[in-house]
Amino acid sequence: MLDKTGIAKRIAKEVQDGYYVNLGIGIPTLVANYVREDIEVEFQSENGVLGMGPFPFEGEEDADIINAGKQTITTLPGASFFDSATSFSMIRGQHVDLTILGAMEVAENGDIANWKIPGKMVKGMGGAMDLVASAENIIVAMMHTNRAGASKLLKKCSLPLTGVGCVKKIVTNLAVLEVTDKGFKLLERAPGVTVEDIQKATEGTLIIEGDIPEMNL
Amino acid sequence: MINKKVDSVEEAVKGITDNMTFMLGGFGLSGIPENAIAALVKSKVKGLTCISNNAGVDDFGLGLLLHQHQIKKMVSSYVGENDEFERQMLSGELDVELIPQGTLAERCRAAQAGFPAIYTPAGYGTEVAEGKETREFDGKMYVLEHAFKADFAFVKAWKGDAAGNLIFKGTARNFNPCMAGAAKITVAEVEELVPVGTLDPNQIHIPGIFVQRIFKGAHYEKRIEQRTVRTRE
Repeated sequence: MLDKTGIAKRIAKEVQDGYYVNLGIGIPTLVANYVREDIEVEFQSENGVLGMGPFPFEGEEDADIINAGKQTITTLPGASFFDSATSFSMIRGQHVDLTILGAMEVAENGDIANWKIPGKMVKGMGGAMDLVASAENIIVAMMHTNRAGASKLLKKCSLPLTGVGCVKKIVTNLAVLEVTDKGFKLLERAPGVTVEDIQKATEGTLIIEGDIPEMNL
Repeated sequence: MINKKVDSVEEAVKGITDNMTFMLGGFGLSGIPENAIAALVKSKVKGLTCISNNAGVDDFGLGLLLHQHQIKKMVSSYVGENDEFERQMLSGELDVELIPQGTLAERCRAAQAGFPAIYTPAGYGTEVAEGKETREFDGKMYVLEHAFKADFAFVKAWKGDAAGNLIFKGTARNFNPCMAGAAKITVAEVEELVPVGTLDPNQIHIPGIFVQRIFKGAHYEKRIEQRTVRTRE
């Protein structure tokens, strides 16, 4: 079974040379730490920066340079700043190659819910609805089950939706899955996890074809 | 040169009254019009509708207006950093309209650019699109979103001149350029008000035509919301 870092490491392998990538808050933010060093990738943050670098050294924090999680950051050579409309032109206009975000629930048809728990948590969608409505290539990073042990990969989302039919790939602590017309297709198992474990933790339709390889991290 | 300079924040916010709609720039606490917000707090105008990506924190930014119950309605994309906000929202004292961040930016820009509405794919099939007109273009569904109508836009820039020209710094730019010129009156506050002619026209982010009043902010706290650092090797 993977921890959050393990999920980030596996997703980092999906990042290819020349990609512009938008990372959501939480596990997705960790992905930047594990991208291969021999490829060129630029990270976009929807508050208005392309070419995001690591956190600043202590004493070098700048209130005017933050990421979408409101954390202080630095920029790399070649970086640019822009306004919010331009930022979402990059996203809506499909100039961003890969979007990685977290989710509370994903349905077997690719619906995603990640912004609201009625009566409990209503913080807002931020840029998530724009991202999922437009991105061609969306990977969801999340735990396979919630804290109560209930599956987060469902036949149908129970929470208010963020977007419909948009998720293509999911990486969890147990597996890598692809969303297909027929349901969640199991692609890889996390180290030490059996197909039965994954089946047990998946409420939605799980398609198992042939031998399922273990993830190569 | 058409002079937009005003000498004080009081003069800059002249004309604000109860029940107006304001746009306020900023993302989190970065690039917020700190001095204008302080003047709004002092003025005690109430019944306000505020269009702003976030709602500040408990003791800074729009949180200061919330504490005095000056805001009737917030139009935002993310509001998670403010306990008083949550309390007022759950008790029904505060009306909140949550909309996608890109839609928020584009509804500002539409108002600035003279478009009555725009089509966006964001929110299609979700509760955000409920009751709204939808339309298919090339096999994909879009939601019709209307331009905002606001009385004042309060924006914050790094440098500006008396002509109203603005230059922003870093990610403090965010919604500020989208809101400039998107309300009946745009009030710009700057950290540095430089003599006309010293800003390179090639480097201007927002031309002065979008700004009605400009002033130098007396003080900037520029609070950091999430201080994240790495250790030196």
